[in-house]
Amino acid sequence: MPEPTRRGVLAGGVGLGLAACSTTRPLAVNGEEPRLNLYTWDTYTPPATLAAFERATGIKVKVSLYGNNDELFAKLRSGNPGFDVVVPSNEFVTRMRVSHMLEPLDHASIPNITNLLPAFRDAPFDPGRRYSLPYTWLVLGIGFRKSAVDGVPDSWKWLFDSDRYAGRIGLFAEADDLIRLGAKYLGHSVNHVTPAVTAQVEAMLIRQKPFVKVFHHDEGQDLLVSREIDLVVEYNGDIAQVMAEDPDLDFVVPREGTLLNSDSLCIPVGAPRRGNAHRFIDFMLDAHVGANVAAAIRYPTPNAAALALMPADYRDNHAIFPPADRMANSEYGDYEGMAHAQMVDEAVTRIFVA
Amino acid sequence: MTAGVTAGTAARGPFALVAAPPLLWLLAFFLVPLAVIWGYSFGHNTSLVSIDVTGTWANYARALQPLYLGIIVKSFWFAALTTLACLILGFPVAVAITFASDRLKPWLLLAIMLPFWTNLLIRTYALMAVLRTEGYLNWLLAAFWNPLAHLAGGPAFVPLGLLHTDFAVVFGLVYVQLPFMVLPLYAALDRLDRSLLEASLDLGAGQLTTFARVVVPLALPGIVSGIVVTLIPSLGAYLTPDLLGGTSSLMIANVIERQFKSANDWPFGAALSFLLMYLTFAAILAQAMLARRHERRHAHG
Repeated sequence: MPEPTRRGVLAGGVGLGLAACSTTRPLAVNGEEPRLNLYTWDTYTPPATLAAFERATGIKVKVSLYGNNDELFAKLRSGNPGFDVVVPSNEFVTRMRVSHMLEPLDHASIPNITNLLPAFRDAPFDPGRRYSLPYTWLVLGIGFRKSAVDGVPDSWKWLFDSDRYAGRIGLFAEADDLIRLGAKYLGHSVNHVTPAVTAQVEAMLIRQKPFVKVFHHDEGQDLLVSREIDLVVEYNGDIAQVMAEDPDLDFVVPREGTLLNSDSLCIPVGAPRRGNAHRFIDFMLDAHVGANVAAAIRYPTPNAAALALMPADYRDNHAIFPPADRMANSEYGDYEGMAHAQMVDEAVTRIFVA
Repeated sequence: MTAGVTAGTAARGPFALVAAPPLLWLLAFFLVPLAVIWGYSFGHNTSLVSIDVTGTWANYARALQPLYLGIIVKSFWFAALTTLACLILGFPVAVAITFASDRLKPWLLLAIMLPFWTNLLIRTYALMAVLRTEGYLNWLLAAFWNPLAHLAGGPAFVPLGLLHTDFAVVFGLVYVQLPFMVLPLYAALDRLDRSLLEASLDLGAGQLTTFARVVVPLALPGIVSGIVVTLIPSLGAYLTPDLLGGTSSLMIANVIERQFKSANDWPFGAALSFLLMYLTFAAILAQAMLARRHERRHAHG
């Protein structure tokens, strides 16, 4: 058994071994055998939801996991190995769309679209929602241990530009997010970060490095729970999940604003079972299904009908739904092209080496 | 001589039959993909998903910048330290297994190979639980320290920051690579002619002299292959520095990984990979030359 797992590690970095997915199975091109290959994030689809889908439709869902969008993109880059539904974030919807990696969706076979909040029925990263429908939205912010910090650390300053919490800080190792948030703290947009601003962020983070304990790979909530660090850049849902277990943890979106994301249900080009994929997407947008998912993963839902079914401890949770003024100066990240990605990557390599 | 040639010809048919599948496998699933990546290293991105192989050296020029050479040198130090620690820890273990009773030997070998039954990622996460500030190691140290400090009136135990440091990376690599050092060492020591040791001791050499002038030279091929199979995978480690490392524990494989993922710059990643591979070939070549010289010296008595 160690073989497939090991390959999963090699292919998937930090993702647990799940590479042995669909490639070896005979793929029925039109037959639509009652199965579906879902490629998604870890702890993002409750097993009960998949069981309910199988009960409702007879379609068995096989889940494979990725740790970040880059992994998803790299895996599908040289062809779809057999996935029917994938869940990229906003800027990767754009990247995959311009690279002809996504199938257009047939909205007529997804009637539950009407459950979505009006704000999510169109998106700048996918005009007209032709290729993607929103599953969740999320914000990066600061997860922290209340008893270990003074008041509420509601500025990026405490992570990027201060020695107050020396040795107890965890930053996100994602190159793009690191530079975008640094730029945001310095008063710029998260988009179109110029080489000059990138250099400024680089210098600031190199100055800050002695006070930083770790650059993590989206396991910030675990580091917080195990008390390895007291402040960490993380997604709201990840922190909201552990807040339910440890009341000493909290989450805040800094007053400078932050980076928004929206993970979206898409059908990759070459999906062997597009009919099943449409049924699955429609199922996930159902009000009750959406509410069950939201209750389990504790990310904000773009589904108005699902939200209406949620209890107050979800709807009024400030970690899940940050206050309006913080949301107002937050932005979605755009896809910025290859030269930009290379510049950002090299800046981050220099930060890591310094 | 003639008989040998005839036997060789006769054996060629079955030999080809047995050798063909693995050779084809090697060609199709190792050499061909490797050649593709090698081709990429002379290419450049024309879009998000397409690469033009133009024969450019630009990727290698970029890989040879001080920034990346510095990371390769640092990775080499990590790997060298790991190898040295494995050699120092592994040699006594290999000696112990060699001289263990025949009944005990398979069990000891099994114990060495036991970690392979668990996935590398799981073992690394287990190490994180051991090393972290509120982990098992600090817990154990506190359990010893605090009663003593209490008696002597000293300060209470301050947990050591072990995880997320360069130390943790080397510790993790040693933990993972140790079996790869012990097994070739054991193989070499087990073949060793015991009567040579008895002769050396009978003829007045002490234990240490016997070890240094008889055991080590005879075990040299095992030592060299142990070093090679420990050094090379350590050089390419990326999971261990990712999970156990601190803010500056970046190794070259982490940079390569990012080129294939977030930077989406496969040509540059390919160039970095091949740079590492050229170094690996150099190491293997050096080992082969050492082994040959060793054999020749023995052949000449």
